[in-house]
Amino acid sequence: MPGVRDIKRRIHSVKNMQQITRAMEMVSAAKLNRVQGAVTASRPYAEKMEEVLGRIVASAREGTHPFLIKRQVKTVGFILITADRGLAGGYNANLIRKAEAEAARHEKEQKGFIAVGRKGRDYLVRNDRKLHGEFIGINDTPTTAEAKQISGLVVKLFLEGVFDEIYLVYQEFVSLAQQKPVIKQLVPLSPDQKEQEGQSDYLYEPTPEKVLEMLIPQYLDNQVFQALMEAKAGEHGSRMTAMHAATDNAGEMIEKLILSFNKARQADITREITEIVGGANSLNAQ
Amino acid sequence: MAKTLQLDVVTPARTLLSGEVESLVAPAVEGYLGVLPNHAPMIVALVPGIFKYRQDNATHELAIGGGLMEIAHNKVTLLADTAEKPEEIDDERAAAAKERAEKRLHEKLPGLDIHRAEIALKKAIIRLRVSAHKIKH
Repeated sequence: MPGVRDIKRRIHSVKNMQQITRAMEMVSAAKLNRVQGAVTASRPYAEKMEEVLGRIVASAREGTHPFLIKRQVKTVGFILITADRGLAGGYNANLIRKAEAEAARHEKEQKGFIAVGRKGRDYLVRNDRKLHGEFIGINDTPTTAEAKQISGLVVKLFLEGVFDEIYLVYQEFVSLAQQKPVIKQLVPLSPDQKEQEGQSDYLYEPTPEKVLEMLIPQYLDNQVFQALMEAKAGEHGSRMTAMHAATDNAGEMIEKLILSFNKARQADITREITEIVGGANSLNAQ
Repeated sequence: MAKTLQLDVVTPARTLLSGEVESLVAPAVEGYLGVLPNHAPMIVALVPGIFKYRQDNATHELAIGGGLMEIAHNKVTLLADTAEKPEEIDDERAAAAKERAEKRLHEKLPGLDIHRAEIALKKAIIRLRVSAHKIKH
């Protein structure tokens, strides 16, 4: 049976921990607030752009742009977007597991990774995976400049033939408590399946090639940017819920500890009384 | 036959506008392009310029920084890099940006991305022009 003082000390330390987790929850909530607005505001653009691009790609002739050419797939690249820090529940672990499962599907091809976020980088390095680039310390509210750096590397690796296919692996922000790991093919661009029924007889101004030339770099930047935003929103959301649960758990623990503290205190008092009574009785008996 | 077009102006940061318009004029690569209801499906690359549209018998202007416009079945989607209403434009900032771009183009320091500087200058001029129009109204 632990002594009263030990229990008291533990209560104190759990309370301290609870304070920290509560503070972390609040910090994440504030950060989430900022990025959540941005992520929902930027979604229409990203979705619309994907839609329009899918239509153009479906009606453009194959080979009009290097990013439309499907090569025989010998190497596959994955951009793994994780958080820089842990303490976010299963956020990083779930995503890494998903990436591993996807990588395992491409058994014949060679695989390489681009790590965004420290957690993913550390994992890949620890497991001796081939890293082609790493981006650590992405802003809490990602900027387009950061996205451009990553998409620039993607363009380079694809055009140099290092990778024949490149995928984005990230956590999509569904709701506060829910993130969904997704895998999205970035290059080469695949036409929108629904649009292939030949209904897209668009006029192009000035020419399809020019439009594609303008649109594709923007599209890649935007896709990466959107992924970064979703990932960040997910990270903050996940950390917030994890820290909320931790705060609750600490509260429960404190209650239990207080109970056993009271019990121990009472036991102490009872013991002391019995000792005194016993002592007095033995004196009386003499 | 429809008499209006559904216009959506979206930028990476937000949806600026969504509503029925009677006509519009957009800055295409090879000059300004007017669109009326029942236009043929079209995809247009846009350059920085003034985007005009008519709504409720009044002409409205937006300063856009290039992008892409899709026209299909009386629905126009404008995917703009940036887009601002006249009342949102910060004149001082635009003027400062104009000066900066002009200076850069004038000095021609080594390593200058002329193309980028020109685009920056153009965007600043457009912003100032759109913003100047609001005062007249």
